[in-house]
Amino acid sequence: MYTFSSKLKTFSFVLMAVGLLGIGYGFLTAPKDIQDVEKILAADAHGSHHEASSESEGAHAVSAEAKVKAEHTEHLTHVLHQLENKPWSALYVACIFFMLLSMGTLVFYAIQQVAQAGWSPVLFRVMQGITAYLPVGSVIFFVFLVLCGLHFNHLFIWLDPEVVAHDKIIANKAGYLNFPFWIVRAAIFLLGWNAYRYFSRKNCLAQDESDDNSFYKKNFNISAMFLVFFIVTESIMSWDWIMSIDPHWSSTLFGWYVFASFFVSGITMIAMVTVYLKSRGYLENVNTSHIHDLAKFMFGISVFWTYLWFSQFMLIWYANIPEEITYFVTRIQVYNLPFFGAVVMNFLFPVLILINTDFKRITWILVMAGIVILLGHYVDFFNMIMPGTVGGSWFIGISEIASVSFFLGLFIFVVFSALTKVPLLPKRNPYIEESKHFHY
Amino acid sequence: MSNRVIYAIYNDDDILMDAVKKTRAAHHHIEEVFTPFPVHGLDKAMGLAPTRLAICAFIYGLCGLSFGTWMMNFIMIQDWPQDIGGKPSFSYIDNMPAFVPIMFEETVFFAAHLMVITFYMRSRLWPFKEAENPDVRTTDDHFLMEVAVNNNEEELISFFEGTGAVEVKVIDKH
Repeated sequence: MYTFSSKLKTFSFVLMAVGLLGIGYGFLTAPKDIQDVEKILAADAHGSHHEASSESEGAHAVSAEAKVKAEHTEHLTHVLHQLENKPWSALYVACIFFMLLSMGTLVFYAIQQVAQAGWSPVLFRVMQGITAYLPVGSVIFFVFLVLCGLHFNHLFIWLDPEVVAHDKIIANKAGYLNFPFWIVRAAIFLLGWNAYRYFSRKNCLAQDESDDNSFYKKNFNISAMFLVFFIVTESIMSWDWIMSIDPHWSSTLFGWYVFASFFVSGITMIAMVTVYLKSRGYLENVNTSHIHDLAKFMFGISVFWTYLWFSQFMLIWYANIPEEITYFVTRIQVYNLPFFGAVVMNFLFPVLILINTDFKRITWILVMAGIVILLGHYVDFFNMIMPGTVGGSWFIGISEIASVSFFLGLFIFVVFSALTKVPLLPKRNPYIEESKHFHY
Repeated sequence: MSNRVIYAIYNDDDILMDAVKKTRAAHHHIEEVFTPFPVHGLDKAMGLAPTRLAICAFIYGLCGLSFGTWMMNFIMIQDWPQDIGGKPSFSYIDNMPAFVPIMFEETVFFAAHLMVITFYMRSRLWPFKEAENPDVRTTDDHFLMEVAVNNNEEELISFFEGTGAVEVKVIDKH
């Protein structure tokens, strides 16, 4: 049995407290009206707010002077909306990142079940511990989506009837992008995923006490069904929660791209938690071969993410169709460092460091690579969400760091609390003996 | 001075592995082991040094990447920077996404082929090479360990007979 070290518990509480304070600070200091924005812009004289004009088409033909004034006001309103969105977006990125990270772990777990992998059963309880964050994260995330629908923020501009009325492109998508349908979809997806997690863990524990393999077989079946359900819902989820932030843009491989991003984060988190528990002496049956296998997955799926990142980017860059290229124009011009930095962190670094067989077994190298991969995929989600919500007003400041800190603290608390509930080694999984003696 | 060797022949890979371990423990020098298929862990038991083929492949890959980059830069940017369908050919980085598929394939091509050729050269394999089977059965269902004899013929024969060999032969090698 694992006991939650009091140091780690305190650490998670500190992270949550610091995060909450920072999140509160972010909301309190967000500008309330365009007078505030004017002051901010004046203080920020070198301000780099020169993005393309806003999409509202309400400009009336008036005299030149009035027009300049109107344009100035329009600009201020535009920046105001971005700055109002900033603390919300920061919260959203961190919230969806940690929730999907535990989803990535859940998918990896389901795949291991269905593939009847002989190496991973000793890690099943670690994976179940990580996915314990899923119900908590889902509730927070769902509340966040409801708040979006109640117009507490402007992250999803298609939720604003005023915008839809003046935007034919969005109006044409209203059959899909409307609040009731959207929130019901979200509820179904989250319920489906959480139901799988709940029953899979329950069966796994029941299998420990049973005297035949019926619960194992049950888990096999529900895992296979979950994977089918997941791949459909994952695709729709990526359109609903991420792509609809830019409702004028679409990409067909977006779902896979988002999947690769949180799948590799989930696998990396399994490796990180495993290495931590191992270093505390809790996983006696886990050897360097298990770690090596996880590192291979981190390496391979990092490359897979890059493949999708590049395929999406290169196809749009090559054809250069105006409707689609704006997505990348914003990212390259306004988010240059995060956009290309994500490729360095998620591809170049892990590929060069994890290509070596010996390195994949060295704890500190693996932890370093894991931290870079996790940060890199946070930046990846940042790149997907921020340009559509805060545009040129982005910054990784107090709001962003505090949001990550809060959700990281919550994640650590929930995951390690869940790990204390049950033994870390499944008792009668049919592959547990093979897994204990796994050697590569 | 004749060059005499012992051929200890086995018909089971588990027995062979045990025999290899015993031979190493008795400090007899194993010249070679012939098997019909890869025996997992045999190289470790024999104490062979790990292969460096993967390191070669990595370096070859870097060569391929450099070659691809150099080639596309010379042809498309330096030599004749035409405007082809509005693609920016002002500098390499401007048009780089279009070159990535080539850079990738060159990397894989160089890494794979040069590594294979390295393998052939290091293992001395080529067409029309004379096969080196000490015993034809070693390609089918027998395992053969070759150990050099240094004036200890009797001792070696009895040693290998004790390791479960189905046949122990002493051969004059030229």
